[in-house]
Amino acid sequence: MIVNQKKMQDLADNMLNAEEVQGRSLWADAAGRFMHNKAAVGGVITLLLIVIFTLVGPAFAQWSNEEIDWTVIGQVKTLGAPSIENGHYFGTDDLGRDLYSRVIQGTTISLMVGIIGSLVAVIVGTLYGAIAGYVGGRVDNVMMRLVDIFMSIPYMFVLILLLVIFGRSINMLFVGIGLVSWFDMSRIVRGQTLSIKNKEFIEAAIAAGVSNFTIIMRHIVPNLIGIVIVYASLLVPGFILTESFISFLGLGVQEPLTSWGALISEGAKTLQYGTLWQIGFPLFFFVITLFSMFFIGDGLRDALDPKDR
Amino acid sequence: MSIFILKRLLTAIPTLLILIVISFILMHSAPGGPFTSERALPPQVEANINAKYGLDKPLHEQIYIYVKSIVLDFDFGPSFRYKDRSVNDLISDGFPVTLTYGSISALVAVLFGVTLGVIAALNHNTWKDYTALSFTFTAQVLPNFVMAPLLVLLFTLYLGWLPGGGWEGGKPQYIIMPVIALSTSYMATIARITRSSMLEVMNSNFIRTAKAKGLPYPRIVFKHALKPALLPVLSYMGPAMVGLITGSVVIDMYFSTGGIGVLFVNGALNRDYSTIMGITILVGTLTVLLNLLVDILYAWIDPKIRY
Repeated sequence: MIVNQKKMQDLADNMLNAEEVQGRSLWADAAGRFMHNKAAVGGVITLLLIVIFTLVGPAFAQWSNEEIDWTVIGQVKTLGAPSIENGHYFGTDDLGRDLYSRVIQGTTISLMVGIIGSLVAVIVGTLYGAIAGYVGGRVDNVMMRLVDIFMSIPYMFVLILLLVIFGRSINMLFVGIGLVSWFDMSRIVRGQTLSIKNKEFIEAAIAAGVSNFTIIMRHIVPNLIGIVIVYASLLVPGFILTESFISFLGLGVQEPLTSWGALISEGAKTLQYGTLWQIGFPLFFFVITLFSMFFIGDGLRDALDPKDR
Repeated sequence: MSIFILKRLLTAIPTLLILIVISFILMHSAPGGPFTSERALPPQVEANINAKYGLDKPLHEQIYIYVKSIVLDFDFGPSFRYKDRSVNDLISDGFPVTLTYGSISALVAVLFGVTLGVIAALNHNTWKDYTALSFTFTAQVLPNFVMAPLLVLLFTLYLGWLPGGGWEGGKPQYIIMPVIALSTSYMATIARITRSSMLEVMNSNFIRTAKAKGLPYPRIVFKHALKPALLPVLSYMGPAMVGLITGSVVIDMYFSTGGIGVLFVNGALNRDYSTIMGITILVGTLTVLLNLLVDILYAWIDPKIRY
């Protein structure tokens, strides 16, 4: 006999004991695919490190982000350079304020803008799109034409108009970004809802007499989660770019608070004095964060988007 | 086709009206008028100023007058800040500058982006492909406000080849850096889109047929593959154009090119409402028209779309 007796025996045992086969859920599958994507995992680790840095970093700061170090004023080029001895790990800015504290503070604001923007996009966009797609007909038509109209308005200009009129503050920026953030999301969700709503389980729910609202919340929305996560992760860097753009122009976050855009703008203004750390550190954080976010977004799309499987 | 164009034009009009109404209402709900200063004006003087600029009329009447003068006379009214100049004067000073480097940037982004994408796709998984890919990935995180200081650092401060700002009637050395700064990230996106759609097209059946019947390679690429591969690029052009226009604000601020971007930011900082509104409406119109153009081109090129 060529057949391996031992293996045959094992197989027979397995069949006798009828071991239950462990099924793999959609999410376990997606997680597996995501973990195999080295760039995405690297992105997650980098992003985690940056978040930890913003949380733990202030404990090591010897200067607050508002304090002016009078000893370096006027000699920022020589005395304000990054050094361990005087406590300015990242150097100081043009006014003698500690760049280490300011970078931490700016990173927090920029990350918050990204997270809040995408949260609003997820909540409003998902509900709006799901309702439009599920109800259909004239309601859908009106709702989506409205989105079309809003989307063709150059929102950056309206955002700046908003900031000018209601005062330039970070809260207003959050509101403004929240207002314009959900258009894309609602379109994507609507498309997905249209394909879900003709499935049998929705039909069953309707037959069982479930109300429309419950169907949307309990049956449609959970099935949208995958695609929503993917697009939300791709939106985050977009909001960070928007905020940085506005703050670069001096119209966004106001002193003493700061953000990446404002820090890059300040650093760019003092380029000709050779104080390159003033643009270098904020730019470094800006670039690596965006890189990791793009990698994570791509990884999530590969893992969750059914189209690309 | 003409019905389709007409339909799209009809949706463009409410869009612009909504834009005007939104910005008008925003402007008027602002705390403090455009003439509020530290020194309180006597009520009589303030009433006179308001009457001169038509601010004493009811809101709906103001909107009507404003829209009417724009539509009929293409007149955006007087600037609230520069007393002797109208918004039209300000815009006609700045707009040609923005238009010049903006259109050059669009051209550069498309030409280089498409070329790069095609080269990458035709040399799939070779070093050329990887170089192009890493370029597009890097350029993604280098928006215009990051590119501008980096370019100045390299070309002005280290190499000393190019002036760090100014316009001087659009001499080439003043245009180079604004164009690079503005076009890089869009070039990268266009290259990425071209590459993936070109890869898809090159694997499709009609290209295999063309190869099988022995057509010369350049003819396959340029005559058969390029046109369908460029459709996704075309649909990206709408948002890209908006991005270029918005980005011009940064360019004008950083390179002191004197386009409408600097007008807009200064207007925003000085609460010069009429100027901001004029520019917002101008940019809105431009956006809507460009989107319209892209849609029409798309319908014209893609045989699958029939209206």
